[in-house]
Amino acid sequence: MIGTLSHHPGRSALALGVFYLLLATPIARDWLEASMSRHMLVQMPLLVVIGIIAARLVPGRMQDSLLIRFGGAWPCVIAALFASSYWMLPRALDAALTDPWAEVAKFLSLPFLVGFLLVLAWRRLTLIGRGFVWTNFFSMLAVLGWLYIVAPVRVCNSYLVNDQENAGWYMVIASVLLFFWWLGTLLVGGGVGPDKPDQGGSGRTFA
Amino acid sequence: MSLAKRSVLISALVTSLGTWVFWWGTDGFTAFTAETARRVEILRSPRALPDVTLEDQNGKIFRLKDYQGKLLAVDFIFTRCTTLCRSMGMIFKQIRDLIPEESLGRDFALLSISFDPEHDDPASLKKYGEAYGADGEIWRIARVRDKAELQSLLDAFGIIVIPDQFGGFEHNTALHLVGRDGRLRLISDIDKAVPFAEQVVALL
Repeated sequence: MIGTLSHHPGRSALALGVFYLLLATPIARDWLEASMSRHMLVQMPLLVVIGIIAARLVPGRMQDSLLIRFGGAWPCVIAALFASSYWMLPRALDAALTDPWAEVAKFLSLPFLVGFLLVLAWRRLTLIGRGFVWTNFFSMLAVLGWLYIVAPVRVCNSYLVNDQENAGWYMVIASVLLFFWWLGTLLVGGGVGPDKPDQGGSGRTFA
Repeated sequence: MSLAKRSVLISALVTSLGTWVFWWGTDGFTAFTAETARRVEILRSPRALPDVTLEDQNGKIFRLKDYQGKLLAVDFIFTRCTTLCRSMGMIFKQIRDLIPEESLGRDFALLSISFDPEHDDPASLKKYGEAYGADGEIWRIARVRDKAELQSLLDAFGIIVIPDQFGGFEHNTALHLVGRDGRLRLISDIDKAVPFAEQVVALL
């Protein structure tokens, strides 16, 4: 998995770059953006994951100096929050399909402003800070999903109305599953759970 | 500067920048969907339309520019549509009936444009028109035969048509008003037929 990749940072970076470019090919974009669910729940998370892996390929010391240059954890978290919530706007989804510049902005902002910056910030966030980021994310996902389910109108001109409802349900389900997973890691600890900051954990696990 | 100070400063900067992007991207927190956005934009700056060639329900060829000098209500349909376009027909009829008779045809006209030229030949356009009492002069039903022209027209109006799983289409449905200068100047919801007609009367 991701952990084993970092034994060969060069090769991993190459593979990651190739995967990034593959996602940007017209075929992959057409397929992933043909449905609202795939667009929001497959393509966008993959772009974020690319940013996460990219950040984890950066040596720890360089991560620290980058973080200091960016002003610490909170500016990174705030940037990630703004960028991730922006791409949840129905208008932004439509724009990504109709305006090439919006698509470029999406392909740049999700990996760099969300994935990359969150990993940088994560190591320096307290448990409360991490909890804030997670709960904020769950609630945003759930509320937006619920809005998509109950919306009386089509919110995206580019997507069918039943596609919107499906996406809404997937978002609600995803937020519930993620919430219980996160709760589980809090209670059980260790394993795949969130590394507790400053307790000997490497602090590099994004969870 | 200490890291804490820098952190607060940069956080404030990022917050302002993020808020500005949201403000900019939603027309001042008013337009969260592309549909609202296109309406806001048209109101702010009426948009020029391409001069496409159309064919009406009698097979007569005409151009969009032929309507310059008149107010023109436009909607987009496909005649096989069983849901929204049916109510669109009723709504257009309602609008026509709200306009003073002396202005009809002289200063105001209606045009229903089909975005499905392959299925909608003049015969089916005629059938659609007759179902709602379109006279074929004041209110014409037409199609744009040339695919590229049709796309440029849809783009200018901001209409996105996507095939649904039943062989039909889903599309953003609205009432459009083209001004005497040939520019798209107003887009409103289809349940706002009366205010739409009032706007037209005010401009007559």
